[in-house]
Amino acid sequence: MQTKDELIATLKTIVKPYVQDEQAFANVTEKTDFINDLKINSANLVDIALDVEEAFDIEIDNASMERMLTVGSAVDIITQKLAEK
Amino acid sequence: MRKRVVITGLGVVAPNAIGTSEFSKAIQEGRSGITFQPDLADLKFSCQIGGIPPITEEIKHQYFSDLQLHQLNSSGVVYGVVAGIEAWQNAGLSVAGEEPDWDSGIVFGTGMLGVDKFREAIYKVDQGQVRRLGSTVVIQTMTSGVSAYLGGMLGCGNQLTANSSACATGTEALLMAYDRIVTGSAKRMLAGSCSDHGPYIWGGFDAMRVLPYKYNQSPKRASRPLSATASGFVPGSGAGALVLESLESALERNATIYAEVLGGHVNSGGQRNGGSMTAPNSMAVQRCIQKAVEQAGIQVSDIDVIDGHLTATMKDPDEVRGWVNALQRSGADFPYINSLKSMVGHCLSAAGSIESVAAVLELHQGFIYPSINAEDLHPDITAMIAPEKIPQQRIRKDINVVAKANFGFGDVNACVILTKFQP
Repeated sequence: MQTKDELIATLKTIVKPYVQDEQAFANVTEKTDFINDLKINSANLVDIALDVEEAFDIEIDNASMERMLTVGSAVDIITQKLAEK
Repeated sequence: MRKRVVITGLGVVAPNAIGTSEFSKAIQEGRSGITFQPDLADLKFSCQIGGIPPITEEIKHQYFSDLQLHQLNSSGVVYGVVAGIEAWQNAGLSVAGEEPDWDSGIVFGTGMLGVDKFREAIYKVDQGQVRRLGSTVVIQTMTSGVSAYLGGMLGCGNQLTANSSACATGTEALLMAYDRIVTGSAKRMLAGSCSDHGPYIWGGFDAMRVLPYKYNQSPKRASRPLSATASGFVPGSGAGALVLESLESALERNATIYAEVLGGHVNSGGQRNGGSMTAPNSMAVQRCIQKAVEQAGIQVSDIDVIDGHLTATMKDPDEVRGWVNALQRSGADFPYINSLKSMVGHCLSAAGSIESVAAVLELHQGFIYPSINAEDLHPDITAMIAPEKIPQQRIRKDINVVAKANFGFGDVNACVILTKFQP
C-alpha cells in the first residue's frame, strides 16, 4: 500500500497532461481543485478517472467520480477503493 | 450592396505535398502522391493504392498540444486543423484574445469524420465498455469537429459550421463562405473541407467496383483522368482551406490577395433525366455551370481554365461534353482543362477545397498545372476538344479566370468562378 504522499505523487503524474495552470500544479496540496485551481477542462475529469482506474487497478463508480473534484477527494476515493479490493 | 470577396489565405494537406509552397511545386512538377497501401492488400481490397498526406509526428506537434494529441485518432481532424491553421497564418491573421473575433467564422465540411476513432468506440461499446470511451469520441467524430477544433484554436466568433455534400463539399463550403461575406454577415470566413483516409472510408467504393485494380504495382500511373485507359478513381484524403474576406477588410489589413471569388452556383439534378444517386443529371450540371457564369457576371469566353471534377472513370467524356454544351465552346476554342486528381487521387469530401487551392495558385502564380497520365486521351474527348487544351506539362501563362466545379453522390453540383484580382 502506498503512503498518502506516494499516492499524491502518482496522481500528479496522471493529472499532469490535463493541467492548464502550471503554477498551481507546482504547488499542489490536498485542497487543490482540479477545475478551479488547475484549470482542467471538466470533460477531462472523465479521462483522469479512467487513467486512475488503470494505474491502481480499481473501478471508480459514477457517484465517486462526481465527488472526485480535488486532489484530497481523489486520494480518499483511491484509498477506499484499494481497501475494498 | 453586395460586397466583393477575395481570397487572402491558403492551406493544404494533400497526398503529394503538405503546405501551400510545397504543394505549388508538386503540382507544377506533376508529382503523384499515390502509393501502394499494404493494409488494403492485407484486407483483400481490389484497389490496393491510395493517396495519404505524409503527415509526421513532428507536424502534428507543431499544430496540436500534447493534450489535444492525447487519444487523437481522427485523420480528418488532423488534416483539417493543419490546413485551416496554415490558411489563417498565411492570411496574416492573428488568434483572438479574450474576446472572440466576432467578424470571423468557419465553414469546414466533411463526408464522415474520425472513422478510426468511431471504430475504436464501436468495439468498446459492443464489449460493454462504454464507460471507458474517454471524453473525446464525440468531438473527433461529429461532422462539425474540424470547425469546432479550429474555432477554439483561433477564437472565431462568427458562424461556425460544417457542410456535407459528398464530393462537392469543398466547393460548396467556399460558396457558403462567399455568401456569408457578400451579405455582410461576416468579414472573414475560413472555408475548407477534409476527408479521412483508410479502409473504412474507401471500402464502400471498392465494393462498388469504381476503383482501379490494375495498377497496384504502378500506383503513380493509376489516376488517369481524361485518358482512354481511365478505369476508376484512386481514393485519396487530406484537406484544403481558404480564407475568404471582404475586399474592404483585406485592403484595410493590407493583406496579400491571391484571387477574387466572382460568384458561383450550387444545385441538384433531382436524380432525374439520367441522374441517380451516383450519376449526374447532365442538364443540372450544365445549368450549374451556366448559373455560375451568370452570377459571376462574366462571358463564357472569359474562362481561361476549367479545373474539372474529372475523377478518371468512364464518366470523364460526359463531363467534358457538359462543359462544351454549357459554355458553347469546343475544339481549339475550348479553355484549358485539367484534373488535380491525376496527382492526388479523388480526395472525396476534401477534393473541392484542395482543388480550389490549386486553382487559386494557378491564378496567383501564373501557371496551368499538368493533368498527368493523360498521354492516351480518350477519343470521345479529342472528338470534342483540341488535345493541346489538356496540358501534359506545366504551362507558364498568366490566366484571368478559372471555373472550378465538383459533382457528388446524391446528384449534387457546385461551380465557382475565380479570377485574378484586379482593383
